[in-house]
Amino acid sequence: MTHKIKIKGISEGLLVTVGEGEWPEIRQSLLDQIQAQADFFSGANLTLNVGEHEIKAADLGSLRDQISEKGIMLRGVISKSARTEENAKTLGLATHFDRPQPERSGKAFDTSVSGDDAILVQRTLRSGNNISYPGHVIILGDVNPGAEILAGGNVIVWGRLRGTVHAGASGDESAQVCALELAPTQLRIAETISITPPSKKKLHPEVAHLKEGQVVAEVWDLHKTKK
Amino acid sequence: MAGKVLTITSGKGGVGKTTITANLGVALASHNQKVVCIDGDIGLRNLDVVLGLENRIVYDIVDVVEGRCKLRQAMIRDKRIEGLFLIPAAQTRDKTAVSPSDMIRVCDELRPDFDWIIVDSPAGIERGFRNAIAPADHVLVVTNPEVSAVRDADRIIGIVEAEEKGPARLIINRIDPVMVERGDMISTEDIVELLAIELIGIIPEDSEVIISTNRGMPIALNGKSKAGQALQNIARRVTGETVPFLELSHQGGFIRQLGKIFSSGGSKNE
Ligand SMILES: Nc1ncnc2c1ncn2[C@@H]1O[C@H](COP(=O)(O)OP(=O)(O)O)[C@@H](O)[C@H]1O
Ligand SMILES: [Mg+2]
Repeated sequence: MTHKIKIKGISEGLLVTVGEGEWPEIRQSLLDQIQAQADFFSGANLTLNVGEHEIKAADLGSLRDQISEKGIMLRGVISKSARTEENAKTLGLATHFDRPQPERSGKAFDTSVSGDDAILVQRTLRSGNNISYPGHVIILGDVNPGAEILAGGNVIVWGRLRGTVHAGASGDESAQVCALELAPTQLRIAETISITPPSKKKLHPEVAHLKEGQVVAEVWDLHKTKK
Repeated sequence: MAGKVLTITSGKGGVGKTTITANLGVALASHNQKVVCIDGDIGLRNLDVVLGLENRIVYDIVDVVEGRCKLRQAMIRDKRIEGLFLIPAAQTRDKTAVSPSDMIRVCDELRPDFDWIIVDSPAGIERGFRNAIAPADHVLVVTNPEVSAVRDADRIIGIVEAEEKGPARLIINRIDPVMVERGDMISTEDIVELLAIELIGIIPEDSEVIISTNRGMPIALNGKSKAGQALQNIARRVTGETVPFLELSHQGGFIRQLGKIFSSGGSKNE
């Protein structure tokens, strides 16, 4: 059985959160999932949230080496276990975020907002171009048929989206796709593929997101962002 | 003279590059320009056939590059049109016989003696295409009004941009006015909107093109043909003239559309 991992783009790079279960199995499935999406992870800075798991220093060290062979840097390990945190520190790994993560119960008068990791592409993607990024992807231009975007997070196209787009590519079902003209060849959010009939030109901004397991597209002004 | 290199390319094959190369050569030469056409489609040469010069080939571009003859010796002079020359491709070799730097060298040697060096590119994005765009000062991308040809044109335009040979300009070939009127063809407007480059010519579907190709008499020499006129107009736009687009139908609706596209295309420095 595979243990689902959660991936999120954060300002320090990627935050990977593992679930419950036996650590050796979780560890293996983490490596398998990195392997399966090698292109996606390659070059990333990884922070691992291991929750309650108690992990030995030697084990953490070898995990760091194994993932670094895949071109990924293990930046830090976040853990609720004091032993794991201690071991991570011994290895010189960070055990907290550089900037505080936004928390609902944050200080009452803190008005600063921290953002997530995103890439801005200021050009039109033509047929044959592709972009793959663990965080959010923002395109200032069109995405033509034959172009592809693979994003761990949201995809925002300030232009016409007619190519193929996969948001929440690492399993984030809350990912969204926004475009001034939403007419993709294929649109996926997490594991769900949308089958949209070839539509007439729509000249209004739209947002696509998952609703009860289905991709739905809504006109921008009707879409109330609930975040 | 400081000749300009004009490369005619496309993503998809069979869209009309060779026809356009031959006819722009003829049209520019008939406007007193000195022109040499280079067949960049090594292994599949046919520019010589379209120009009707096949029977006069002795040396080809591979002979030049490999030092078996002088550049002059490989140049075939067209006896019908003053100032038009052809450097043919080799029939028996593959595209790797010539490199991008060979093409740059050959073109640089031709520049002082010519106004225009027109390179006919093979289809695709392989070596032959790289050879053809390496020396280019201007790139014209040819497409047909078909989804697959437009998709491939988009890809090529992206590569031309990445190679810093852009902005390429667009020729839409084989527009059928009857089909456009019926709404059975992707419209010129949709193509230009998607590809987002300047439109430099629209050539109608014309059976005369095939007839003249078979005779080795480029259609630009035929003043009565709409396709021939369209090609003449492209040649004038290449030299920097502003020429209105041809009326391709009698309905009037189409011509207005074309006018709109042309004026919104913006003027680029020649
Ligand atoms: N405007 C046109 N109307 C009719 N036939 C055309 C037209 N343009 C090109 N053709 C025909 O299409 C075929 C392919 O043209 P060609 O110039 O050889 O394409 P390419 O060099 O891009 O492969 C030829 O048979 C040519 O005569
Ligand atoms: Mg050809």
